[in-house]
This record gives sequence, C-alpha cells and structure tokens, in this order.
Amino acid sequence: MNPLTGYLLVAALLFAIGLAGALTRRNAILVLIGIELMLNAANLNLIAFWRYGPHPEALTGMMFAIFSIAVAAAEAAVGLGLVISIHRHTHTTDLDEMNRMKG
Amino acid sequence: MSVVFYLIAGLSVAGALAAVLLKNTVHCALAVTVAFAGLALMFLELDAQFAGFAQILIYIGAVAILVVFAILLTRGSDTPTDTVFSKKPIVGLVTAAGIFAIFGWAILHSAQFLPHQTATPSVTVMDIGNALMGRYVLPLEIVALLLTAALIGAVIVAMHEKAGAK
Repeated sequence: MNPLTGYLLVAALLFAIGLAGALTRRNAILVLIGIELMLNAANLNLIAFWRYGPHPEALTGMMFAIFSIAVAAAEAAVGLGLVISIHRHTHTTDLDEMNRMKG
Repeated sequence: MSVVFYLIAGLSVAGALAAVLLKNTVHCALAVTVAFAGLALMFLELDAQFAGFAQILIYIGAVAILVVFAILLTRGSDTPTDTVFSKKPIVGLVTAAGIFAIFGWAILHSAQFLPHQTATPSVTVMDIGNALMGRYVLPLEIVALLLTAALIGAVIVAMHEKAGAK
C-alpha cells in the first residue's frame, strides 16, 4: 500500500472524530478540543503530502503546517478567553443554555 | 506500512476517541494531550523534525495547559450527572460518519494517483529559518501581528469588568 494513503486515512479518521466531538458535546471547552483535533488532522495531511510529494526541498507543505499551528494557537487562546467570559456572565459552559445574545 | 506507524496511529486515534467520549472534562483534556503527542510522533516519523517539535512545544506545552486552566477557571471539572452530549447527537454522528465515508472513498479511489517519493528529504532547521526569513517573510510578519492581536484580544475578553459597568 502507498504509505501516503495510510496517513491520509488516519487524518480523515481524526477529522471525523473531531467533527463528531464538536457537533455533539455540550461543554464549550470540549467543542474547542474537537476543533483543535480537526486542525491537527489537516496539519497531518499537509506534512504527509510534503513528505511524499515532489520537491520537498521547496518546504511548501511544511511552512503551511507551521503557520497553521501558529494560527491554531491564537484561535485556542481567543476561544478559551470567550468561554471564560461567558462563564462569568451566565455561570455555565453548557452550549444548550447559551440561547440568548443579550449580555 | 511499518509496525511503528500502526502503533502511533492507534495511539492518536485512541486518544482522540477518549477525548470525545469521556465524561469528565479533565480526563478529556488529558486524552487530547495523548492524541497531540501521537500526532507529534507521526510528524517525526514523516521526517518533519521541526514541525514535530513545534507540535510538542505548542500543543502539549501551551494549548493543553490553556485548556486545563480554562476547565479549572470555569469549574468544569465536576462530572455532570446527566448526559454530556447534546439533545440530538445522532445528527452530528451521521454528519461526521458521512464526511469520513466521503473522505475514505476519495482517498482509496485515488490511491494510484497519489505521489510516493521514497527519498528522505534532507531539510535542516537552517533551511527552514532561511525560508522563513526569505520567501515566507511576509506571512511570518502577518502571523506575528495576528498572534499579538489575538493575545491582546483574549486578555481583554477574559479580563474582569469594572464594578458597576454592566
């Protein structure tokens, strides 16, 4: 079997698990964890294509993955800050109870 | 495919499944750390040393700690008595399963067209630094600006509001 196929299948499985977590969990922090898993699966695709694709010395996939990791870190910081702020207002992190936009 | 690949893939998928399925939020945070570590090992297995160590530093070192802090600040560490899933989890499960089926079908049907270079790429950290300071210097500056803005924004959003400023 082509080794790239195995990595792509693992990345697809991790993406599906992260998506299922983000869509079904009630706790806002666990939804963020699901989104992080999906971002990581995309990074695995980028690195796998960089490794097995032509011209790895051009570093394109590697650079994409590094910038994606940096953007994901910024996203995690802002997302968790929002969760803490909402918890201060409503004393809950349950997404089903966050049903109004008034502060 | 080597035995090492199957071991690392099993570790990552098991960590991700535990993070999604466990009830206690702190256990979920620890399980997702295992999944991040498995992905870092997979990057190292793919000869992307810099990305692997960046993954360990940023995800296991920073994001996992941030998640644990957020859980403790929101008192989410108590195991909920009722269900931890939403009212209609079947919709999310069907969506995720359908997307995995589409991805799997596409990957398996394009297997013979995928590239398969066997030569190990010889990329040093110096090459990455030169590329970051040369061809990719504009994205690097934009990411620096984005990180500054995001960290200031996160602090302002999570900051205590003044008394009476409701």
